[in-house]
Amino acid sequence: MDIKSAKYVSFLGNDKAQIEAVIDDVTMNIPLDPANRHYAEILKQVKEGTLTIKDAD
Amino acid sequence: MSKAAELANLIGNINAGGGGVNRNVLVNGATNVSQRSVSSTGLGASAGYFTADRWKFQVANTAGRFTATQDSSVPTGKGFANSIKLACTTADTSLANTEQFIFQQKLEGQNVQGFAKGTSDAKPFALSFYVKGNANATYVVALYDEDNGRYVGKTFSVTTDWTRVEITFPADTTGTLDDDNASSLELWIWLHCGPTYKGGTLPLTWASYSNANAAEGGDSFFDSTSRTFFITGVQLEVGQNPTEFEHEPIERTLTKCHRYFHRIGDAKDGNGYSLLIGGYQGDAGDDYTSYYSFPVEMRAIPTSTVSGTWNTIRTSNIKTAYVTVQGCTLYGSITGAGSWYLHGDSADDHVSFDGEL
Repeated sequence: MDIKSAKYVSFLGNDKAQIEAVIDDVTMNIPLDPANRHYAEILKQVKEGTLTIKDAD
Repeated sequence: MSKAAELANLIGNINAGGGGVNRNVLVNGATNVSQRSVSSTGLGASAGYFTADRWKFQVANTAGRFTATQDSSVPTGKGFANSIKLACTTADTSLANTEQFIFQQKLEGQNVQGFAKGTSDAKPFALSFYVKGNANATYVVALYDEDNGRYVGKTFSVTTDWTRVEITFPADTTGTLDDDNASSLELWIWLHCGPTYKGGTLPLTWASYSNANAAEGGDSFFDSTSRTFFITGVQLEVGQNPTEFEHEPIERTLTKCHRYFHRIGDAKDGNGYSLLIGGYQGDAGDDYTSYYSFPVEMRAIPTSTVSGTWNTIRTSNIKTAYVTVQGCTLYGSITGAGSWYLHGDSADDHVSFDGEL
């Protein structure tokens, strides 16, 4: 999975409602569910220090 | 297979705890459902799901490229309408250590408890499928127990004619499979690999996974641009004897696939439109108007992806929020006071929900 960027998205006062990420050149909305394969990969790359999730706008 | 032999196999499997209906634990074994695309080119750079539902292309570190197509070539007289055709478009004969190309399906632990793996009553795994290629080749097919790092495999032959492959992997009394929605058991067909995955001995009985043993004895699909690989009728069932493929109604296969992936907006009305949402807003801001209920509860909260440029009046493109395994809110970011709406109006306007393993 080639994750080019990841940024939290805010809904109704929740600044970490989901993540908007560009994966394999496609913009995706990713839930904060460890069972979701995209979120699991984001967590893995964050842990490895190769990806940072930006704060919501 | 004669009717007598078929009956004997079925009875044998029933005695072993399998048989009956819904015996195939794999989904979309007949490759009838391809919600994402019926053809995808230039594959090989990135792993993922591209054509037939539930079938993943696990690729890594290879320069080889291929096209995957839902094809109409099928074994004669077996009731199939489709196969998956893989055609090599860029060969890769200079092998880096960790190159991979595995055709695979991952299965939830809660759907494979019938094998009683890791218990004294463990059942064998009966696998069958139909394959053909552009020339003779040998590949490795394996089961991988992701919960316990255990593995069993066997080689099989491909010829230029459709061939039925039947393999029975032995029961495994070691390593129980987690009873949950995560990947526990995986079917792997190795089509290409680097030296890391060869050099040892392919384990014909269950053993701890070892890279060097994983793909020993298999050929490379990427050895020539003339290489093709067709497969359909893939079935994995409890029992000691592979039985005839269990055909099922399309709505059942589609519903099974929807647990892992589906998308909305593809189907258009007589004017070419789909999925209109709208409302009235007194000022700019998000307007959470519509709840969309998924056709079936999904395996995990899905990733949602909006494709296409939708027809919009006083709003952004369609967006998703509050996504759960059961549904989500569809909304628009309104640009100013007044009525607003959006709808799909071209073939590429859709929203996909991906809860795959």
